[in-house]
Amino acid sequence: MLRALALVLALALPAKAEETFVTGLSTEEIALTADFTGSELFVFGAIRRDAPIDPDVDPLDIVITIKGPPNPLTVRRKERRFGIWINTESVDVRDAPSFYAIATTGPLREILTETQRLRFQIGMDQAVRKVEGHPTLEDTSSFTEAVVRLREKQELYEVLDGEVSLAEETLFQTRIAMPANIVEGDYAAEFFLVRDRSVISTAQTVIVVQKAGIERWIFNLSQQRPLAYGIMSVLVALLAGWLAAAAFRLIKR
Amino acid sequence: MQIYLPIAEVSVDALLLLGIGAMVGILSGMFGVGGGFILTPLLFFIGIPPAVAVATAANQIAGSSFSALLAHLKRKTVDFKMGLILMAGGLLGSLVGVQLFDMLRAAGQFELVISLLYVVMLGTIGGLMFVESLRALRRAKDPNALLAPRKRHSWVHRLPLKMRFRTSQLYVSAIPPFVIGALVGVLAAIMGVGGGFIMVPAMIYVIGMPTKVVVGTSVFQFLFVTAFTTLMHAVNSQTVDVMLAVILLVGGVIGAQIGVGLAAKLRAEQLRILLALLVLGVCLKLALDLVLVPAELYSFGRN
Repeated sequence: MLRALALVLALALPAKAEETFVTGLSTEEIALTADFTGSELFVFGAIRRDAPIDPDVDPLDIVITIKGPPNPLTVRRKERRFGIWINTESVDVRDAPSFYAIATTGPLREILTETQRLRFQIGMDQAVRKVEGHPTLEDTSSFTEAVVRLREKQELYEVLDGEVSLAEETLFQTRIAMPANIVEGDYAAEFFLVRDRSVISTAQTVIVVQKAGIERWIFNLSQQRPLAYGIMSVLVALLAGWLAAAAFRLIKR
Repeated sequence: MQIYLPIAEVSVDALLLLGIGAMVGILSGMFGVGGGFILTPLLFFIGIPPAVAVATAANQIAGSSFSALLAHLKRKTVDFKMGLILMAGGLLGSLVGVQLFDMLRAAGQFELVISLLYVVMLGTIGGLMFVESLRALRRAKDPNALLAPRKRHSWVHRLPLKMRFRTSQLYVSAIPPFVIGALVGVLAAIMGVGGGFIMVPAMIYVIGMPTKVVVGTSVFQFLFVTAFTTLMHAVNSQTVDVMLAVILLVGGVIGAQIGVGLAAKLRAEQLRILLALLVLGVCLKLALDLVLVPAELYSFGRN
């Protein structure tokens, strides 16, 4: 599944130090197939600079985020009513990435100032936004925290503090695990070069995740032509039931 | 071996799925019941979303009914006229059931209602079977007790719209089979069961059909009603996972062969107690999940 290594020359923000990214990904396309048990994305790159490193300045830090396509979702909370636990309040989240990984060279809140972090919208609290609760519901923060918690449990959201290794202030690399239940779509990989707790340069590239093989065909058919899919499902089931029974009769003879 | 189910959107161990299919197959081989009522809760337990579990179970039952129907056709144990009336009711019931399914899902209460229905249903079936098999064990010592008289005339025979059913050698109203069929159709759509546990006794005791055509005729109804239900769910909510259904079917066929063999070795009364205990066990687990404080109070709804 490993495609040719793709080197992306990134467009850099103008920065005084003139340090920019050259980035790479182990693969630009991930195929979800029946035996797909997750994938490990190898992200690497180098920092290009015009002048030699100034020995007086602070060391560099790097933040890499991978964001899956957003999907709207409803979060429900259970409460005990009449002795049993039932869903009561719910909150609609219109914009939350289906996958979100943040890999850094150090603890996020130490390597970035809070204003910088908010400006570039990095962090789990920045992932889940545009929340619409019920008018009587005052505090939706417990719901947004639940989104992050549930997604972390599914390994769809992950914070990888200190997982980016940076060699000689120039070469960096990290590995980001993507679980089997990721959804199809364009995943944005963003790179932030940080010095003095401020972002000095950024770069972006896209990874395409597609369901492949028969699974992709099944999924797409079920969404795009549900009637045809339903008819096929019934026929396949009839055939499978009949064939399996017939095969057993043959074996028994 | 992990396998990714495209509609359920989860990775599950294929051997586990085959095992569940086989277990349900063993049940049907041993007891002659479909096993949908145990299949769907087992799918909940391994993490298949309830809506997908229900719709896919309907698809699986359609598949297993087909080969069963072929066998009954060969033995000429299908009452087509009765089957068509049961089916007409069943299709209507399924239509209603699918609407209910969608409404409950939109309201976020599908899981709760399904769990409650299963607790009630499994509790009743398991309890009845347990009592019945204890009684049967006692009756085995007294040979005369088996000769229970069959009621010939009841309120059922006073209903209008009487029809002649040649295969069943009956002249009865079409209303009871239609209503029974409809009830079973609703259950197929919202619970993912064939409904044999309701239909078979109802056909014998309410309609008064001869036992030899009861199973073939109900299988005839299941095939069409579950196939229709599968179509409706596929169109309305895209919750039918054909891959899951096929794996369960293959497991089921293997299990059915094992079940037939096992049934020959064990005594019928002991078998029934075993099944009753299994049903009660699943019922208890579902009930506990409703009552105990859940590990996670928040969940994602339909998106």
